[in-house]
Amino acid sequence: MSTALDLSLIPPLGEPRPQPVPEVTETVLPSGLRVVVVPRPGVPLVELRLRVPFAATSARSAATHTARTAVLSGAVLLGTAAHDQTEIAQLLQGHGAELSVSADPDRLLLSTTLLPEGLAPVLGVLAELLTSAAYPNDQVEGERARVAERISIARSQPGVIARTALAARRYGAHPYALQLPSPDLVLAVRSTALRTLHRDRLVPAGSTLVLVGDLDPQAAIDAAGSALTEWSREGEAVTAPDVPAIAPGALEIVDRRGAVQSNIRLGGPAPGRTDPDLPAVRLANMVFGGYFSSRLVENIRERRGYTYSPRSSVDHLVASSSFLVEADVATEVTAPALLETQYELGRIALTPVTEAELDAARRYVLGSMALSTATHAGLASTLSALLGAGLPSDWLAEHQRALAEVTVEQVQDVARRYLAPSGLTAVVVGDADVITEPLRALGPVEVAAGEVEE
Amino acid sequence: MTAAGAELTLRHPVERFSLDNGLRVVLAPDRSVPVVAVSVFYDVGMRNEPEGRTGFAHLFEHMMFQGSAHVPKMEHARLVQAAGGTFNGSTHQDYTNYFEALPAEALERALFLEADRMAAPAITEENLRNQIDVVKEEIRVNVLNRPYGAFPWLQLPQIAFESFANTHDGYGSFVDLESSTVDDAADFFSTYYAPGNAVLCIGGDLDVAETEELVRRWFGPVPARPVPPLPPTGEPSPTGPRRGEVEDRLAPAPAVAVGWRVPDPVGDLDTYLGTVLLSELLSEGDASRLERRLIHDDRIAIAQSSYVGLFGDPFDVRDATLLTTQVHHPAAVGVDTVLAAVHEEIAKVAQDGVPADELARVQARTEAQLLRQADSVLGRTLGFAAAELIHGRAELAGELAARLAAVTPEQVQAAARGLDPDTAAVLELRATGGAK
Repeated sequence: MSTALDLSLIPPLGEPRPQPVPEVTETVLPSGLRVVVVPRPGVPLVELRLRVPFAATSARSAATHTARTAVLSGAVLLGTAAHDQTEIAQLLQGHGAELSVSADPDRLLLSTTLLPEGLAPVLGVLAELLTSAAYPNDQVEGERARVAERISIARSQPGVIARTALAARRYGAHPYALQLPSPDLVLAVRSTALRTLHRDRLVPAGSTLVLVGDLDPQAAIDAAGSALTEWSREGEAVTAPDVPAIAPGALEIVDRRGAVQSNIRLGGPAPGRTDPDLPAVRLANMVFGGYFSSRLVENIRERRGYTYSPRSSVDHLVASSSFLVEADVATEVTAPALLETQYELGRIALTPVTEAELDAARRYVLGSMALSTATHAGLASTLSALLGAGLPSDWLAEHQRALAEVTVEQVQDVARRYLAPSGLTAVVVGDADVITEPLRALGPVEVAAGEVEE
Repeated sequence: MTAAGAELTLRHPVERFSLDNGLRVVLAPDRSVPVVAVSVFYDVGMRNEPEGRTGFAHLFEHMMFQGSAHVPKMEHARLVQAAGGTFNGSTHQDYTNYFEALPAEALERALFLEADRMAAPAITEENLRNQIDVVKEEIRVNVLNRPYGAFPWLQLPQIAFESFANTHDGYGSFVDLESSTVDDAADFFSTYYAPGNAVLCIGGDLDVAETEELVRRWFGPVPARPVPPLPPTGEPSPTGPRRGEVEDRLAPAPAVAVGWRVPDPVGDLDTYLGTVLLSELLSEGDASRLERRLIHDDRIAIAQSSYVGLFGDPFDVRDATLLTTQVHHPAAVGVDTVLAAVHEEIAKVAQDGVPADELARVQARTEAQLLRQADSVLGRTLGFAAAELIHGRAELAGELAARLAAVTPEQVQAAARGLDPDTAAVLELRATGGAK
């Protein structure tokens, strides 16, 4: 830059204004369902999240369970004893609502936005689905065929191929190794299996209902209590078994012939939500690659132009938390991009971050938490995830205080233990003919066949 | 306006003023959460690009993050993020925007950063070469290395429209990107990034008088430059059907997109609103016409969606634009079967009209979605800014729910009559050699 810089021009930050603390009212219904309500001013809307523990019980049953869960997520909306699928959708739509059902390796999540006057009727439709979803044979057949097609499409996406390969390598025989069910198993799912799965696993014990928005807490709890009285099935919440420790092993290349880009993925264990190491690891992650102002972005995007959006993150499942690194890079620079990524990982593991880097990361994490919980939808999703992980609703405030106290020494200590390249499992999806030899220069490599089994 | 309409109008007041250099400023205070959003919308988008410079509006968006007179490379990001804020920019058909959401105490910093790059971005050879590489990777990740990558937003316009403005690839060809020069960038900046060609919109926890003073302090010194005239993007309506196809070597299953020309969003907003609700009625959720017909009754599709505006936002485009229906279907189902069912469902609306209760449900759903978008300070601020730039009235963003609630079944029926199979543009995606 030609002009001399006068950074004194940059306006200083004013005094932070206090973030409003959410006022949480909660109760546990006789059925075991936990109901959490947060009144919020702002737009006249309510956000609803019902989270039901839905992990596979064992590695042996995981493939079938995942296939059935994928079909159940759509099929639960195919009608009830009293209303068909269209009527259910219409009953919700009249209140601005549309129920979406999604599954991950830990849970089933039913969520919607609704207009406040619709709270009681929408809870009524929810209760109807929970207690009398019909799973009509004919429609279930259609649903499973669509789910199988959608999985085939998902499996053609390079990001999905990479995620699937990394999970398989990191989790071995654990249910978390299965990111997507096989289309064959999906096509074999029958209505009777769905009814059984629904009866055994869609139970109130261990489930949480979160309501955030334009509502009165006690009235909302009463409305939930009376709408959901019938949902009282006995049953146990199932959470995933412990995750075995698996050593990283050689870099795996998944061949995708003719690919014009390679998808680099690294992953390893990270501290869980209650681990005192977590705040420091979250900040180490930010400095390394967690946001735009990070070392990884500066190096492989802004300095070298290898990639559009490199990033790292700390992700939590109930039985396992992960530190993950992702970069989609031009085929011809795959090995140099991995080299630079490993260099930055080694650097953060072995040398201290600066106070300025740590302070910037800290302010960003605190600021973005405040931004993401400033909306009804953001707060509802955050609370639902925290409660589902067994944490109290004031965990967020505790965590913010802990983040404020993390030191440079703590960041360096956890970076050495969690971010060092030697501890991470690595997968690269790309054109093996072009990328294998250069990648061998960095260490041992195994080449896997291109396509997933089918 | 009806009583119901008044309730649906967002309660946020809007203040407006202009600077001597022509910058238009909109303030939308809301002090309920200690967060502000700052956005600058420049009236230049993909449709303004000259021949031989496809993709330039977007490439230039990247250049605006490469530093400016008083801010070194990477420092823009650091100054926003280290204040606890987030930032981004995006290039659309008719505008390019830049925005930050930050804790309220960082407002002045954000204004300084936006003003500094409005005055003098760092357009250097090194930055330009670096960002051409980054943009090429963005195109690879979003288009070339991904099944259905550009479908249908880069390909359907080539069939539906005639003019260069409307048909060229807004992401740009690698040839055009690689041959771009620093002089091109400097010219583009000088022509289109004049303060008089921009709208600054600030929303959230702010004091109006204090903020006006800060805006004048930082943006006032940016020199005025001539403002280019708005390029015409409207086109005569099509008089016949058009059909094309693309091959996708990565896709495992075929897909089809149908685009119909719709009324002018700016010149004929009321008729346009009928079209917006028609797209919701056709495709939004399990109760919608096409979801029921294609997915559940006939089982000839895997997924379907309809939307107005190339990027799915009906209120941020000028004429000419499309209602697009997009269907992913199994290879065993012929594309003509899918098209016949789509046209038949639209013909039913055109002939029989829409029951009032069905439309009321669609309106309730649309209202909830608009409110949801407005719940975030940033979402609301971007909405006000786009409405000010495209429609000349930020207030419109707050009135949309009420305007949509007032749309009648007759208007939706009239919109359906406009979706004539004989003037539709059809793009088939053929899956050739994908996995499976």
